[in-house]
Amino acid sequence: MKHKNILIGILLIALYLAVYAAIGTGLIAPYYQVNLYLMGINIIAAVSLNLIVGFTGQLALGHAGFMAVGAYVSAVLTLKLGQPFLPAILAGAVCAFVIGIIIGLPTLRLTGDYLAIATLGFGEIIRGLLVNIDYVGGAAGINGIPKLTNWTWLYLFTLLTVFSIKNFVNSTHGRACIAIRDNELAAETMGINTTYYKVLAFSIGAFFAGIAGALYAHYFFLIQPATFSFMKSFDALVMVVFGGLGSITGSIIAAMAVTFMNAALINFGSLRMIIYALLLVIIMVFRPQGLMGTKEFTLKHLFRVKEGGSS
Amino acid sequence: MKTYKWLVVSLIMMLAVSLAATGCGKKETSDTIKVGVNYELSGEVAAYGTTAKDAILLAFDEINAAGGVLGKKIEAVVLDNKSDAAEALNVATKLITQEKVVAHLGPATTGATLNVVPVCTEYKVPLITNSATNPDVTVDPQTKETREYVFRTCFIDPPQAVVAAEFAVNQLGKKKMAVYYDNTNDYSKGLYQVFKEQVIALGGEIVAEEGYVKEDQEFRPTLTKFKQSGAELIYIPGYYEKVAKIISQARELGIDVPFLGADGWDSPDLVEVAGPEALNNTFFTNHYSPQDPSEKVQNFVKAYKERYGSIPASFSATAYDAAYLLADAIKRAGSTDTVAITKALAETKDFDGITGKFSFDEQHNPVKEVSIIEMVNGEQTLKTKITPKQ
Repeated sequence: MKHKNILIGILLIALYLAVYAAIGTGLIAPYYQVNLYLMGINIIAAVSLNLIVGFTGQLALGHAGFMAVGAYVSAVLTLKLGQPFLPAILAGAVCAFVIGIIIGLPTLRLTGDYLAIATLGFGEIIRGLLVNIDYVGGAAGINGIPKLTNWTWLYLFTLLTVFSIKNFVNSTHGRACIAIRDNELAAETMGINTTYYKVLAFSIGAFFAGIAGALYAHYFFLIQPATFSFMKSFDALVMVVFGGLGSITGSIIAAMAVTFMNAALINFGSLRMIIYALLLVIIMVFRPQGLMGTKEFTLKHLFRVKEGGSS
Repeated sequence: MKTYKWLVVSLIMMLAVSLAATGCGKKETSDTIKVGVNYELSGEVAAYGTTAKDAILLAFDEINAAGGVLGKKIEAVVLDNKSDAAEALNVATKLITQEKVVAHLGPATTGATLNVVPVCTEYKVPLITNSATNPDVTVDPQTKETREYVFRTCFIDPPQAVVAAEFAVNQLGKKKMAVYYDNTNDYSKGLYQVFKEQVIALGGEIVAEEGYVKEDQEFRPTLTKFKQSGAELIYIPGYYEKVAKIISQARELGIDVPFLGADGWDSPDLVEVAGPEALNNTFFTNHYSPQDPSEKVQNFVKAYKERYGSIPASFSATAYDAAYLLADAIKRAGSTDTVAITKALAETKDFDGITGKFSFDEQHNPVKEVSIIEMVNGEQTLKTKITPKQ
């Protein structure tokens, strides 16, 4: 067990240093760097949404709203109030977390389609509010945000997200969330406070969505309310479903695959969205449970032969 | 069975990837000049992006047929940015660092263009947009400095309102105006402010001003108020969907004063919703008129219609101008060095385009005449052209 953790640690540090060196020496061309950053941001968004949709079983469509909160709060802090980057990211995430609780308490009493509609509405409310606040530029948005997101920050926060959510899912709280997903009535009968756990998972997901939004804002110079339309929520949902509801590694692989597909199809011009959609349809037809189902990709898979195939 | 399924999936994936790889197959670059075309070809504003791209490709084909520039042919590298600002940055990075384009045309919207500006500035590649009208696109709002590598071929919003005010007061001889603007839209609010200032400066008077919001369907109460205020002209700097409804409701109420608007009116849907009858005695400011009798405009309209089967919209005309302007700048620079092209662009004097003769001011905005279009029985006709006073 201990050996495994050390091995993972070494692998992660090696990956960090390898990419860091590759960026420094220009081995990764600027165009691929943009996609690398998008990949990291997508991973954070997808993994945090998976906690809500995949593990707790609450179909939420307002993820872009939380990203918008994180993006706007952090951008206002760094650009207008001159605060450092780290506190700005955390402030953005905390604001998203608090709003997650406020939104979660009333809406999570709803289930299924109703919850989906309520959260979709929430995302649109955030967007509508931002359009009407002149301080943050209204419909034109905030422009000229300093480019503070670098590989180190991106990597750190991606790891933080993945490991926090992994550990949450494996904790008592996470088990309670999974129990709610599998059968809410049974879970409640067993004494699980379903509202508490649903709101908890929802607001933790919102917290990390806020981080994704903050990183996004500080990489792409400009944020507009239109950037965080419901299409962005759907993008994250596509990654979660594509990777497998309830699989963190699935979400990571899917986020990477979706970003890669997007980059690879760029030469097709207006046809690319059709090809992208077609690929998604094909994958979902052949693999309706998503790439990973509810399974996780672990080091055990790699060493299975050595251990004689038992898992 | 399971392995078989996976085989199919992975084969399809491989096919897609290999297709993508061949898509960017290397072409001989020595005898062509590569120009990046980064437009909204899918997504929300695909209509704008597509017409602009069509006009640019038409212009480049004409230039190449006439012998190209500096003895070389222009090769357009067209990529889609999905109407997404982040994607526009992604596309621009690819165009500049992978495709090594000498200049960058597009995107169509202000947001996407603002996202591309830092990339163009970093690699010193000139950018020309044909329809991003926000002043911030060419001037940094914080430092008030002109962005060195950014140019546009459309006029920014204020000149439209200046010309509208001058037309209303001096040519139509109206003194009392009412303004009905879109309260949720920066474009509309900006035009309203400038129009108001200009009308007062010219000795006119604003007798009523009201805002509507995007969701409004019922405009009669406000219009009745305008009628009672004795307004001789109503200025509506909005988009065609609402404008059409406002005008048809106003005519029902018996308001027969002229209406005046801006380029947001330019759509065939305006006539479809309001009806040709209601639109008589209405005017709007625009980038060009396809009815302009000048030979240059008529040739363009004819060529565009032959190739794409429709009358070019005003942003097709500005895109066409952007393509010719770039070719002209490369010729004047005498090289394909991006900094030399930028310098030539900044020095543009009296460039003779479809949308008028123009020079760039120190903020890289074109100084040119504004066309005033009159609606006559559902047809757009060119009323007059006015050069805005600086």
